[in-house]
Amino acid sequence: MHLINRHPDRPTRLLLVILPFALLLCAYFFGSAQRLADNPNDKLLPSAVQMTDAVKRMAFSEDKRSGGYVLWQDTASSLRRLAIGLGVSAVVGLCLGIAAGTLPLFGAPLSPLLVVLSMVPPLAILPILFIVFGLGELSKVMLIVIGITPILARDLEQRAREIPVELLIKAQTLGASTWALILRVVLPQLLPRLLISLRLVLGSAWLFLIAAEAIASEDGLGYRIFLVRRYLAMDVILPYVVWITLLAWLMDWGLKQLTRRAFPWYEGARS
Amino acid sequence: MRKPLLSALLAAGIALLVSLPSNAAAKTDFNVCWTIYAGWMPWEYAQAQGIVDKWAKKYGIHIKVTQLNDYVESINQYTAGQFDGCTMTNMDALTIPAAGGVDSTALLVSDFSNGNDGIVIKGNGKTVADLKGMNVNLVELSVSHYLLARALDSVDLQEKDLKVINTSDADISAAFNTDAVQAVTTWNPMLADIKAKPGVTEVFDSSKIPGEIIDMMVVNTQTLKDNPALGKALTGAWFEVVALMGSQSAAGEAALEHMAKASGTDLAGFKAQLATTQLFRTPQQMLDFVNSPELPKTMDKVSGFSFEHGLLGQAAKDSSAIGMRFAHEVTRGDKGNLKLRFDPGYVQMAVDGKL
Repeated sequence: MHLINRHPDRPTRLLLVILPFALLLCAYFFGSAQRLADNPNDKLLPSAVQMTDAVKRMAFSEDKRSGGYVLWQDTASSLRRLAIGLGVSAVVGLCLGIAAGTLPLFGAPLSPLLVVLSMVPPLAILPILFIVFGLGELSKVMLIVIGITPILARDLEQRAREIPVELLIKAQTLGASTWALILRVVLPQLLPRLLISLRLVLGSAWLFLIAAEAIASEDGLGYRIFLVRRYLAMDVILPYVVWITLLAWLMDWGLKQLTRRAFPWYEGARS
Repeated sequence: MRKPLLSALLAAGIALLVSLPSNAAAKTDFNVCWTIYAGWMPWEYAQAQGIVDKWAKKYGIHIKVTQLNDYVESINQYTAGQFDGCTMTNMDALTIPAAGGVDSTALLVSDFSNGNDGIVIKGNGKTVADLKGMNVNLVELSVSHYLLARALDSVDLQEKDLKVINTSDADISAAFNTDAVQAVTTWNPMLADIKAKPGVTEVFDSSKIPGEIIDMMVVNTQTLKDNPALGKALTGAWFEVVALMGSQSAAGEAALEHMAKASGTDLAGFKAQLATTQLFRTPQQMLDFVNSPELPKTMDKVSGFSFEHGLLGQAAKDSSAIGMRFAHEVTRGDKGNLKLRFDPGYVQMAVDGKL
């Protein structure tokens, strides 16, 4: 049988799914044990016990200095910034995308501008962002917004252009105005696409969030990682990285479920 | 049909794990790293002009001197074992390698900050007491943070009387230009930049706590013990460059010019930075500093600050968790856990002309 035609059965598939993760964990704990045998105070590859202790300290015991639970405070601050950033970007990106994709008069100035803006690396213009938006919450949210809005807008513009012309003409012969056409034809078509685009830019949004928190902040997941990096506390950093990965994965999964529930016709129409 | 595939993968994985590298003891090739800072620019010159190579050759070894762009990362790399030596401050030597169980020796205590770190507040005629209730931007848990704590001590304020906002050193100059930022604590060259703005006051600087923020070349203790040649070559190269810098000759000026260029400033700017850096010009000066009874007292303050801020690790029960050893067999902290050593032996050789 050709390799291309060989499919794993259920138990084998499960095994194959787990295998790479298990190998990675094995490699990690093997290296960790080796380093800790050489030097019991080694901080680079902490053991599971050390990381569990750190998690207990960060998540389930009150911080001596601030009296709060550090991990949850950091998570709340970061998620709030991320939610505001993603929310604003989604709304602005959707409006720009629809305007540029359906109305030629708007598309002419907007399209090239969006292309250029989406190429500007936001991290390179950080000093300008600080001077314009200050160092507070606003600049952190704005970094996310500036980073992902042009990408969302460009994607949605493209999707709006892909709506069959026949559909738009039909709506007009039935008496739809431009406004009604956007609201009743274009917008419903683009909403599921917006959710999918959001899933794709989640990674970038996290990147910008952590960069913003690393530069000037007093709380947040990125702030904590860059702070404890100063004394190589990998026992804190690694659980934080796992936690961020889990949060990002949950958000991705949530958006996927939302797409499926809110727009069941979308996937059906494509298959 | 499926089993061979699986077992092959498992075998490959195990082979990968077993082939992880192990350490060797005796060696002739060494790696040290440094980062850009006025007091460490002699390493750049020593590397570029072949002075390190010359001394290494004399003792039959090879030393590669690498410049890294990120200070904290350079110390982390040293702690992880990628480098045999690295430039760092006394506080970072205690809280990163020593607290991480890497027994480290301060081979060359090359200078102390004498105005190179400072606290600046916007507005004229401000004092340290004005910091009360303010937001202060600084690199948290760095020597800036220590300087702030010492400044607050001087007016009986505490850290909880103000709010510290962690700000990266690369962005602190830009941050100071925004209205939201009222006070910063930082070091040169950013400090010079910020101080030069109109309508600001420098309320405290490191010249008020002389000898407490120390810059050093730190070497792995075990490596140094096994290979004294490394210590001798680095010490010899260092004092050759420092002597040249202070020689007032044309060659000395050329060396300063070279270092100024490499640190991204001009000769005048570099000299201004050196003026606030108390560089030990002769082996005797360095030896006196390392032998002085003030050094253990300073390190007591530093370990107290580090413990209060959780920098000595979660296992630390008090500020004596990490043992430190000084000249004349003086020790501080846990004698069973000596991880930071100030060793005057190699400087003594330089004083005696035995290098």
